[in-house]
Amino acid sequence: MSGTLIEVHSCSKSFPTAEGKGTFIALQDVSVKVASGEVVALLGRSGSGKSTLLRIMAGLIPLTSGSVISNGKTLNGPNPDVAMVFQSFALLPWLTVMDNVEIGLEARAIDRLARTRRALKAIDLVGLDGFESAYPRELSGGMKQRVGFARAMVVEPKVLFLDEPFSALDVLTAENLRGEIDELWNAKTFPAESIVLVTHNIEEAVFLADRVLVLSSAPGRVRGEVAIDLPRPHDRNHPHFKELTDYLYQVMTNPEQEIAAQAPPTVSARSAGERVPVATPRRRPLPHVRVATISGMLELIEDMGANHDVAQIAARLAVPIDDFLAILDAAVLLGFATVDGGTVTLTSEGRVFATASIQQSKEIFRSAVLAHVRIVATVVNTLEAKENKSMRADFFLDLLEEHYSAGEAQRQFDTVVDWGRYAELFEYDAGSQRVWLSDSPPAAA
Amino acid sequence: MFLGTLALLAAIARVGAGALVAFSPSHQLAAISLDPRNLPYYAGRSVLRMFVALAASFVFTFAYGYAAARNKRAERVLIPLLDILQSVPVLGFLSITVTGFIALFPGSLLGLECASIFAIFTSQAWNMAFSFYQSLRTLPRDLEEATEAYRLSHWQRFRQLEVPAAMIPLVWNAMMSFGGGWFFLAASEAISVLNSSYALPGVGSYVAAAVVKQDLGALGWAVLTMAIVIVAIDQLFWRPLVAWSDRFRVDQTTAAVAPQSWVYDLLRSSELQRRLRAAVQPAFDGVNRILERATRVRTQVARAGSGGLSDAAFLALLAVIVAALVLLALRFVLTTVGLAEVGHVLHLGLLTFLRVLVLLAFASVVWTPIGVAIGFHPRLAQVLQPVALFLASFPANFIFPFATLAFIRFHVPINFGSVLLMALGAQWYILFNTIAGAAGIPTDLREMADDIGLRGWNRWRRLVLPGIFSAWVTGAITASGGAWNASIVSEVVSWGTATLTASGLGAYIADATGRGDWPRITLGVGIMSLYVVGVNRLVWRQLYALAQRKYRL
Repeated sequence: MSGTLIEVHSCSKSFPTAEGKGTFIALQDVSVKVASGEVVALLGRSGSGKSTLLRIMAGLIPLTSGSVISNGKTLNGPNPDVAMVFQSFALLPWLTVMDNVEIGLEARAIDRLARTRRALKAIDLVGLDGFESAYPRELSGGMKQRVGFARAMVVEPKVLFLDEPFSALDVLTAENLRGEIDELWNAKTFPAESIVLVTHNIEEAVFLADRVLVLSSAPGRVRGEVAIDLPRPHDRNHPHFKELTDYLYQVMTNPEQEIAAQAPPTVSARSAGERVPVATPRRRPLPHVRVATISGMLELIEDMGANHDVAQIAARLAVPIDDFLAILDAAVLLGFATVDGGTVTLTSEGRVFATASIQQSKEIFRSAVLAHVRIVATVVNTLEAKENKSMRADFFLDLLEEHYSAGEAQRQFDTVVDWGRYAELFEYDAGSQRVWLSDSPPAAA
Repeated sequence: MFLGTLALLAAIARVGAGALVAFSPSHQLAAISLDPRNLPYYAGRSVLRMFVALAASFVFTFAYGYAAARNKRAERVLIPLLDILQSVPVLGFLSITVTGFIALFPGSLLGLECASIFAIFTSQAWNMAFSFYQSLRTLPRDLEEATEAYRLSHWQRFRQLEVPAAMIPLVWNAMMSFGGGWFFLAASEAISVLNSSYALPGVGSYVAAAVVKQDLGALGWAVLTMAIVIVAIDQLFWRPLVAWSDRFRVDQTTAAVAPQSWVYDLLRSSELQRRLRAAVQPAFDGVNRILERATRVRTQVARAGSGGLSDAAFLALLAVIVAALVLLALRFVLTTVGLAEVGHVLHLGLLTFLRVLVLLAFASVVWTPIGVAIGFHPRLAQVLQPVALFLASFPANFIFPFATLAFIRFHVPINFGSVLLMALGAQWYILFNTIAGAAGIPTDLREMADDIGLRGWNRWRRLVLPGIFSAWVTGAITASGGAWNASIVSEVVSWGTATLTASGLGAYIADATGRGDWPRITLGVGIMSLYVVGVNRLVWRQLYALAQRKYRL
């Protein structure tokens, strides 16, 4: 029951950034163990390297340093003990459901008869009877992912890897499939000994996992672990379920907070005065959030009245948790809100910003962004120093690329431009790719 | 910058003036100087021809595509016609067009010049017109409704919606066709028709002259010049155009990797561009206003039932015309050459068809694994894909003399050697498309294959081959079209006085063209078109449909 199946020893993974300007560290000194009979969730925000970690354990991408031991052997190449379910389903469009499910067995040189028998059983298990001869494009998203599960389970892997398997599905379909998978697991007849689940959905992690590993972002590290000490199946109405999700929300919104190893203190038990330091913008990337979105969330919080905890606001906003956290990050960064423990409080600027007229809120935003966001201030200073008050975008992109990958640098730049434009600090012409100060348009344009 | 523009204009004038000189015996192959110092001038003349043809292709494209997309009746005639024109071997018509154009401009070199330009034009225009037509047919519905709701004039619609929406595929198509055009340029500059041979000043003629004089050094210079010209035009013209056209993305999503061009960046930030624009703007606005007024949409009640010909009568008339044309051609051929000749030509066509098949098989076996290996490594693909594109657009007929020399030296029978010659140009389309196809297989599918343990032949059978099938079909269609065309120049090759002739339909057409034997030209081209169109309908179209139905990713 408790034998170790997969062991990751101080693994690191870095990728070279664009044009070899440096390296981007996806994972740093990560150690993880997966024991037999457990469901482990890797929870983290986007950019925390959780999918990378899963792929390293699956032997799909090589690690930069460290080692992975699977079933007692050091891993070198694809891991034969695991089977993966992909977020995007990864079905071969030219094969029928049956052929797609059989493909793993075929690779293991199992004879045709046994192959058919096992595939039919797996298809039956995921409830796709009657669709054996259908092609993936004839199926809905939920049914496609059922094929994905059947394909992974039919090979009876030691560990089943789930890479955000429900996040490409609509809410109801996801809920339905998640419940069925949980039922299969709880029935003790599951065709794998353990499950590793990658997710950014907190509820999903608490619902499915026995243990949640929280990963930090850039670089990805294991921040800590929260044991889900609930009887299976995890009842969403159990008071401790709520406590656990609240605690995880709180941990996720406060990147610097330490994670209590054992049963989490309930939210109410935490002292409200404990201020979490706001990370300086020099070290942390800008959250990719439009100004209107920030304003919208602040308005919602203002409308909700008293201080509310993060989980409630997230539920009201009905956006994916990843997006929600990014919006909250932006509000905190700009000094419009503070997060104490698990509750969000608007600052006085934030309150005015949420309710003011367009012109007023632009002014508030302008001073906030100049005071708190270094990169925007840098752009303005650079432009002011120039005689023609304008600059090629490449210059700023180059600056950003010293810290980020090319794609991330571009996204950072886009956010900077969006914020700068809203604040009427500078303008940007995508055609000529020049940035210029708002009150001094380029002479010839 | 201004000086540069002036210099460019002067150069065009200088090079272009040569096209208007009178026709004289000096415009024969013997008059082409093999001094490499003349190559820049010759290259200039060739490039000018290419661009004139490109401009003509654009004009044709807009007119033809617009007519086909906007008029139901025109569509019924124009689209099948385009389909046939697209698959007919262009080089087979060279003799017909040369004679026609010479008759049009008697005593002037302009006739030959036009014939050469027309040959290039025919290799570009059909693809481009088809691309434009398809874009017009698939305009986003909401945008069309918006232009109607705001009562945009026809000209505004054309300028603001139709052309922009068609721009990206059109530019790509033009770029690919332009690359293919070099082959026809090289084949049409120096040509023997109707018992006399002509040569226009240009790199193609230079190569032909070098072959006659057996000058390997000159050939080397020509190949180098051609390589430089292709790379320069790619960098100075096509890359900027592709980068510019990226703004016309209809779906409003930005491409994962937006096309980049240093020339475009340079131009865009230059002072010259701004001044030019300021200078041209008033004239442009004026023309714009006039066109807009002329094409204003009048409010009108939809006409109930159009007068004139009914649809059935129109179709019947069409059928009669087509039948009459076919009968006329049949009568012409049969009365002059007889049925036995038709059988003979069919047999020759089979031989050439076999060559095309062998070529496709070999090119696929050789290049598919290499293309897949490249396509699976994004960095490698990024570097090598343009190289494959370059090789595809490099006119293979520049390399023919070297191969011919090798055939003569090593006693390779031309019946087999011609396959190699045809492959010199055609194979790159297979490589290019295989790279694109492999690069297009999503990462998660490849990860899935790794995870599930698909290896070796199983991996090829289940993942790779089906994954690249669509791309391969596209490549194979292009390659086979290229090979049929190439057969006309590669089944007969010469080096100095030695001439190697394979038995095949290409050689038959080339021979009939040289002797000015009209019935045989008609018969040869007709049978070749029959083969190409037949194979297209029976094989390629089916494979394409299969690829779309089953192997779409």
